[in-house]
Amino acid sequence: MHNNSIIQIEKLVKWFPVGGQHFTALEDINLQLKDGEFTGLVGPSGSGKTTMLNIIGSLDNPSEGDANVIGTSIKTIGPKRASELRKKHIGFIFQTYNLMPVYTVFENVEFPLLLLKMTASERKKAVMEALDWVGLTPKVKSKPNQLSGGESQRVAIARAMVKKPDMVLADEPTANLDAENSHHILKTMVQLNKDLNTTFLFATHDDKVIKYLRRIIRLEDGKVVSDNIIKK
Amino acid sequence: MLAIKLAIKNLLGAGLRTFLNVFILSVAFVVIIMQNGFIQGWNKQARTDVIDWQYGEGQYWQEDYDPYDPFTLKDAHAPIPAELEQPRSEGQIAPVLVTQATVYPEGRLKTVLLKGIDPSQKTLEIPTKKLEGAHELVPAILGSRMAMNIKVDVGDLLLVRWRDANGMFDAREVVIAGLFSTDVPAIDLNQVWIPLNDLQHMMDMGNEATYISVETELLGNKDLPGWKFQDLDALLYDMDQMIKSKSAGNAIMYLILLALALLAIFDTQVLSIFRRQKEIGTFIAMGMTRRQVIGVFTVEGTMHAILALIVGAIWGAPLLMKLKKTGLPMPEGYDQMGLPLSDSIIPAYSLGLILFSVVVVTITTAIVSYMPARKIAKMNPNDAIRGKVQ
Repeated sequence: MHNNSIIQIEKLVKWFPVGGQHFTALEDINLQLKDGEFTGLVGPSGSGKTTMLNIIGSLDNPSEGDANVIGTSIKTIGPKRASELRKKHIGFIFQTYNLMPVYTVFENVEFPLLLLKMTASERKKAVMEALDWVGLTPKVKSKPNQLSGGESQRVAIARAMVKKPDMVLADEPTANLDAENSHHILKTMVQLNKDLNTTFLFATHDDKVIKYLRRIIRLEDGKVVSDNIIKK
Repeated sequence: MLAIKLAIKNLLGAGLRTFLNVFILSVAFVVIIMQNGFIQGWNKQARTDVIDWQYGEGQYWQEDYDPYDPFTLKDAHAPIPAELEQPRSEGQIAPVLVTQATVYPEGRLKTVLLKGIDPSQKTLEIPTKKLEGAHELVPAILGSRMAMNIKVDVGDLLLVRWRDANGMFDAREVVIAGLFSTDVPAIDLNQVWIPLNDLQHMMDMGNEATYISVETELLGNKDLPGWKFQDLDALLYDMDQMIKSKSAGNAIMYLILLALALLAIFDTQVLSIFRRQKEIGTFIAMGMTRRQVIGVFTVEGTMHAILALIVGAIWGAPLLMKLKKTGLPMPEGYDQMGLPLSDSIIPAYSLGLILFSVVVVTITTAIVSYMPARKIAKMNPNDAIRGKVQ
């Protein structure tokens, strides 16, 4: 793996069995992401963005080739090691927020820290800090059904960031948000990327997100068609 | 610990759904304890009563005696063994001579067992003191149910006809010297008790008896020549079998109830797993292993049993205690069944019974919670996160 490289993808192929045949979702992907990047996998629906994000997040395995994520080969990773990788190093942000409906904002954000077996005082400190990053300290006791879409996604960001992971994988994080909330969310993520040097990798086709990206990897039909660094 | 914390949060968050499941399971808990309590209570009461009133701590049976065959009564009598004379003088045994007879209350005819018993015996609870003293006529005591059936009361005369040792019919009037109340039908229904000496004289069977109840262990409780010793295990065998059969019947009842409650939990778990697939996918994405997620759902289901225990204790304990105080009144006519039943059954709850019920319900709840939770292991987390699992 190259220096400062957090993700190294080589000759990655992913296919799914469909009706006795193979549907190729990703084909011969070669990529490298460095620490602290703010990068997007951009492309239309079905281009393979989410599949790639899932492989990088160790939620799926490559059919051929390999993805090396934070020093771990995803091809050979076992379920236990994959859980450890996600638990310690990767935060996820989903399009539909995926907050636990019966938990308060505090409890939702606290959840990843429970898995890390931190003490109650450590958890409280980290959760309040994360809620401060996203500006939701006053909503600490609210339940998800009392929050707007933008607020829910900010809770999801706090939940992804609370353990200060090396990398955040965000799958269409603004798809359910209006323009104002989308910009608010993206500014928050840009700030966190700057302050904590966390690598952000998006899967998106939203122009509002694309405006904030510093690197755009375009995918079409499972292939990388362009990879551009945006100078800002 | 994490699984328990999450399970508690999820259960509390599920609100009414949790309450309904917990309440139904608590009903199963309380009914299982109550039904078993009644069975144990009846068992305890019945055993105590038949020992106190009918069997003592064992019986010597004349070798031809078969209580289920009235034809044996003709020959089932023999002199009381000499070895038992000493205990007899101390009231430690109760010899009983039995014969078939007919009584004629108000001109009607009723077949009874005429039993002679030593008035000075202290072995059985039968109030034989009432047979002591000088009487112009032969005194008799009856159980209150028998007295009610033939409509006689203390002081009434009752015509009795019997056959003596030579097979000759004879008859005379006896005077009702007293009535007694007992829960043991074998002492009450169709039984007429008179002094042993009088019956021996009437039957021309001097110093003879059919069976002898003993108060304590005598002569090592071994057989004597012409007499077979029956210990309590043998004497109570039929009753134990009846209680076992009754317990099995009740077990079916509470298994059905338990199955209904567990079915509700199983359904809830299945629904939960499909309704909460996004949650499951998110758990996995955040670093939980599938095994941990299965653990959370299994603990969550099992917690229903723990909560049901608490809820059952809140509403069930006062109910069970009240029943222990008042008992369960038996319906009219129960005393015709021939079973030793009191007017009301007082349940007996033992620690073992409660622990058994808790363990059975908790383990079965854990099993029905685990079964649907296993499906989580087969879920594709990517589909689960999007709620696409069918």
